[in-house]
Amino acid sequence: MRIRKELFADERDDDLAIVGKPVRRQDIEGHVTGRTTFFDDRLVPGLLHIRCVRSTHDHARIRAIDTREAERVPGVRRILRWADLPKKAHNILTIFNFGIDDEPALADGKVRYRGEPIVAIVAESLRAADEAVAKVRVDYDPLPAVFDVEEALKPDAPLVNEYIGRNWFRYWGDYDCQQIRFGDVEAAFRQADVIVEGRYQMSPIEHAPLETQGCIVVPGEDGRFTVYTCTQGLHFSLDNTAAQLRLDTNRLHFIGGTVGGGFGGKVDTVVEPLAVLAAMLTGRPVRYVFTRAEEMQVSSPRGAERVYITDGVTRDGRILARKIVHYHDAGAYSRLSTYGTIKSAAHHPGPYWIPNVWVDSFCVFTNRTPSSAMRGFGVTGGDFALESQMDAVARAIGMDPLELRIKNAYRDGDMKAHRKLTEGAALIECIQVAAELARWPLSEEARSASSRIGGGGDRGRVPPTPPARTRLSDRGEGERGRETSRIDAAERPSARATTPPPSWLRSEARAVEARAVEDGARRAAEGGEGRRREEQEPPEPPRPASGHGALRFSSVFGSRRR
Amino acid sequence: MVTAVSFTLNGTAVAAVAEPAETLLSVLRHRLGDTSPKAGCLQGTCGACTVLLDGEPVLSCLLLADAAEGRRVETVRGLADGPTLHPLQEAFMDRFAAQCGFCTPGMIMAAKALLDRNPNPTREEVIEAISGNVCRCTGYLPIIEAILEAARRLAARR
Ligand code: FES
Ligand code: FES
Repeated sequence: MRIRKELFADERDDDLAIVGKPVRRQDIEGHVTGRTTFFDDRLVPGLLHIRCVRSTHDHARIRAIDTREAERVPGVRRILRWADLPKKAHNILTIFNFGIDDEPALADGKVRYRGEPIVAIVAESLRAADEAVAKVRVDYDPLPAVFDVEEALKPDAPLVNEYIGRNWFRYWGDYDCQQIRFGDVEAAFRQADVIVEGRYQMSPIEHAPLETQGCIVVPGEDGRFTVYTCTQGLHFSLDNTAAQLRLDTNRLHFIGGTVGGGFGGKVDTVVEPLAVLAAMLTGRPVRYVFTRAEEMQVSSPRGAERVYITDGVTRDGRILARKIVHYHDAGAYSRLSTYGTIKSAAHHPGPYWIPNVWVDSFCVFTNRTPSSAMRGFGVTGGDFALESQMDAVARAIGMDPLELRIKNAYRDGDMKAHRKLTEGAALIECIQVAAELARWPLSEEARSASSRIGGGGDRGRVPPTPPARTRLSDRGEGERGRETSRIDAAERPSARATTPPPSWLRSEARAVEARAVEDGARRAAEGGEGRRREEQEPPEPPRPASGHGALRFSSVFGSRRR
Repeated sequence: MVTAVSFTLNGTAVAAVAEPAETLLSVLRHRLGDTSPKAGCLQGTCGACTVLLDGEPVLSCLLLADAAEGRRVETVRGLADGPTLHPLQEAFMDRFAAQCGFCTPGMIMAAKALLDRNPNPTREEVIEAISGNVCRCTGYLPIIEAILEAARRLAARR
């Protein structure tokens, strides 16, 4: 390996002594000798075990739950229901004063996804717990379900989550989505030679750690509970368990840090609250571990993301305008998807200086398994869409895809759509080195480009930006149920997914293979007329108070090269 | 209703009680306290519970404890010779062949079965030998390299 220290040499204060050198993990000797202690390697005598009765429906009201037979199974010590929960609904971000408590740890009379826990059996053995699970009778009243983000935004879509009150999350109590407004994309589309539209769809992805998630809770004589857990966020899970059980945090002692594979899938704190509650109610140590089937079916996957991108491009490869509508499928409950949506908006329009940018990023609720964190959620899906789109643009205008990227890359001094000046840009140099190593020919112009040259000046200013609407669904607070999802057709997010290319452009755009969206033209036409403009520029979203807030644990605003 | 089962575990004679239909994995972990074999799926699909039975790799989550009666069971706990690690363990450390470490005990035992049987395996034979062991973290390449490296080190000793 060779480190290109000659790049930005005058800015470096590192020696990168460790890069490219083999280093031993500090915990690896425990791994190879079988001495590493995972949570389930704690041998605790007298354990009770939890298994949950889970919904067999995607969306249903629960008419009745009959546990009488289950209670008679030998070894069953307790059956937990929603009524036993100290806090009836919770969201793991509300401990930071962000989001809405929208998820009951056990079903609250309705199930919103298949596999949702309804009651928890606490028994002397897993066998007894499984037997009791099979004997619980749940009488469902099935409801229509919705599995697609754009379907969920239609006015007649079934309401998924009553705590939210609509099928999308409202940011800062005011915005139906995370928005970016920078310059005038509509005007810029009229000046473009080519309009390129793309539709990109991510799948939900299960983390599939080898160790399924779980915990062992041991009640102590001092009134404290020791929790051995595989959580990825030890303090985060402690705080959330305390909040959900309305306990002082000093009643909980979390021991962990050894995670048998996480990938973002072990931060949701779904097992600890029920296990601690069971230990509180029985006075016994309790173990709650997902089966492999539960891990695959009900633990949060990466959310499915759908991204529409419309670019206005000149023939020589300058992107004049980029319009993005990004939908995150949160599934039935927010968990961390509200934050992932913020990240996606912070990441758009990609590492490119584009003078006109318009982004709406929605967190949408459906009757799918609640999604949450996974490896760069929000950013990964966005990048897949953005870079696929860059290739589509390159094809559409017959330009080399690397040349296109270099031409549009951020340079130092450029104003980002988020109103931050670019510093420490290094994309151009990365591409140049990658092209060299891959023996990919670049033009002289691309080879001599630099992140330090050509940025700033006019590119460093915020362009005049037309006033934007502040709300899609100006219905007022307090409305519940279907009413709130009735948004005007012209304002409906799905209808605004793309921008109408001016009619004189459409045939040309089609001619250059610019149509990745089958129905893009139709949707564009629908969205074209009658959009309401609000009187004023939206105020900056309120920053969360000092140090508290979803942004706090984000790395998306980092800017330095090293 | 419990039955007694006895076998040698890493060279030591052991005896334990087992419930009917209790697996070898459960007896090892819960009754004998050797938690090195892991429960990744309990359905025979991940290999995390792999131990050696008379030198052959078996999935201890599917094997009833009775099946070990009078036989030789080996787990990764017994691999080191006192403070001296087995070349497989050394190679796994040197080649960064473990990240979370959950698959590692099963993976090393599958590799040991291979090297005991075939001290000079080809890359393909290594891949075949660990094909029943899932690793979510490493992408397998460091594991394959580590096993080949261990074979070389063992050969150099002979
Ligand atoms: S736990 Fe035995 S194969 Fe997975
Ligand atoms: S190291 Fe994590 S599963 Fe293999």
